[in-house]
Amino acid sequence: MAVDILKEKYRGKVGEVVLGATKDDGGTRSHTITVGGETALPFLHFEGEIPNRPVVALEVWDMVPEWNPCLEQHYGDVYNDPGAWAKKCVEEYGADLIQVRLKGADPDLNDHSPEDCAATVKKVLEAVSVPVMVIGCGKSEKDNTIYNPIAEAAAGENLVMGVAELENYKAVTSACMANNHVVIAQSPIDINICKQLNILIAEMSPAMSSRIIIDPTVAALGYGIEYSYSIMERARNGALQGDKMLAMPMYGNAGFESWRQKEANISEEEQPGWGEQEERGILWEATTAMAYLQSGIDILVMRHPEALKVIKGNIDELMKDNSY
Amino acid sequence: MIIIGERINGMFKDIAKAINDRDPGPVQEWAKKQEYNGAHYLDINVGPSSTEPVEAMKWLVEVTQEASDLPLALDSTKYDAIEAGLKLCKQPAMINSVPAEMPKMERVFAMAAEHGAEVIGLAMNEEGIPKDADVRVGLAAELVATADAFGVAPDMLYIDPLVLPCNVAQDHGPEVMRTLREIKMISDPAPKTTVGLSNISQGTKNRELINRTFAVMAMANGLDSAIADACDDELMAAVAAARIILDMDIYCDSFVEVFKQRNR
Repeated sequence: MAVDILKEKYRGKVGEVVLGATKDDGGTRSHTITVGGETALPFLHFEGEIPNRPVVALEVWDMVPEWNPCLEQHYGDVYNDPGAWAKKCVEEYGADLIQVRLKGADPDLNDHSPEDCAATVKKVLEAVSVPVMVIGCGKSEKDNTIYNPIAEAAAGENLVMGVAELENYKAVTSACMANNHVVIAQSPIDINICKQLNILIAEMSPAMSSRIIIDPTVAALGYGIEYSYSIMERARNGALQGDKMLAMPMYGNAGFESWRQKEANISEEEQPGWGEQEERGILWEATTAMAYLQSGIDILVMRHPEALKVIKGNIDELMKDNSY
Repeated sequence: MIIIGERINGMFKDIAKAINDRDPGPVQEWAKKQEYNGAHYLDINVGPSSTEPVEAMKWLVEVTQEASDLPLALDSTKYDAIEAGLKLCKQPAMINSVPAEMPKMERVFAMAAEHGAEVIGLAMNEEGIPKDADVRVGLAAELVATADAFGVAPDMLYIDPLVLPCNVAQDHGPEVMRTLREIKMISDPAPKTTVGLSNISQGTKNRELINRTFAVMAMANGLDSAIADACDDELMAAVAAARIILDMDIYCDSFVEVFKQRNR
């Protein structure tokens, strides 16, 4: 007798968000990227649609980063040139999109002016034709002054800009609203704040509710990955059960978080039992990112080109149709 | 909890007059208002005194659908009127209601199967409303079995255990709660449950307090839906809070607004 296989039916769907804009839509990108649109849990192609593959970004800074020395052989020659850096990420390493982190705007570091920041973003936009994301230095007082100039300078490009936080979401959201960019809504590993922030942004302009990317804050392997994972799982389950205020694509800085941890950085001399450092770092980052793919992430921001390669291969495998 | 907005009912004077004059104004106003306040379905009832229930039902369905996209619950004891309304519904509707009696069940479940409609089944029969939970659950099981025979799945069925006013039949309260719990054990998937919420407070003082207290208690006992006043803000707030406590919605600071505003 034939067995009827029970399949979960979901009421909801993750909203689709388009990143970047081509000439036809007022931008200069060669193509756009669409994320989201899932009607089932990650990669369960047999229960619903996973219409858009997760995408992988690499990061470009506007200053020489204090990264692990092993990354110098990959990026050292372009550390001083955001445009060349972005080009290398896309052309040599295969990044789907670029995230510009304007760390140099930090008043305690290089204190780049809002105009400098806008110029950096323009430079990256000119150097590559993929969609671009831009985030500030992390100090909200300064970041609030750079959002508008950047949003205006890149008007029409449909950037992804961040980050909006519960206590500070208006400046970046209005910059995005006025210039039709997408906003990253960041919550501190907290589903309630995640939902509330999305509501507040949507209240500013209903049109923005379809231009939000959730950053639930991802932790690295060994540093609370299970908390991030379960929050994302809950958000995605909520979205699929019809909670519109959680039905946005998700994003995470897997590279940034992984390379902050000692497991990725400590030399083999210091910890002979842990094996070769660079390979270990790549694995730490790739394993972290892999877990987030399984929790439903749509945009992964990576760091090491080899980790990116591993993850792209994983995505290829996971996107193979397993419906029956 | 699914709220079936009760206001488009010929028992209310403004609606009775609107039906009589064929004036869509008040009907459409209530349709929009209930949708705005978070109703999931709109109950449509031509009222007890209608002399031409079939025509009145057809008119009500049409003018309501012009104002709102919510699914309708066609509420009548005249099955010809319900059938005429079902044919006009743009999306699958709900039939309100059928008791556990033949041949009424045959008529209703056959048309439910034909139109893909959900059905409210009343836990009563020719002998009236049972006093205890056991008889109510027995009648609910009859409804589930008969529906199944006509190809209507248990989860297309909303069993109403039937609620009497708390000032005249206080002993029914605990029986209704027990019925709500035990109905879920009849089948897998289980039938859904509903109540006419404001029946609990007929003729009492402080009706809204009794209504919303009953709503959250019934929800805790498994109630899935209620025919209720979607414009009662305190009721909707209490339901929103109960949904959080029962882990049916993910909490956020705006949980009341989110629940009320989900149709907007």
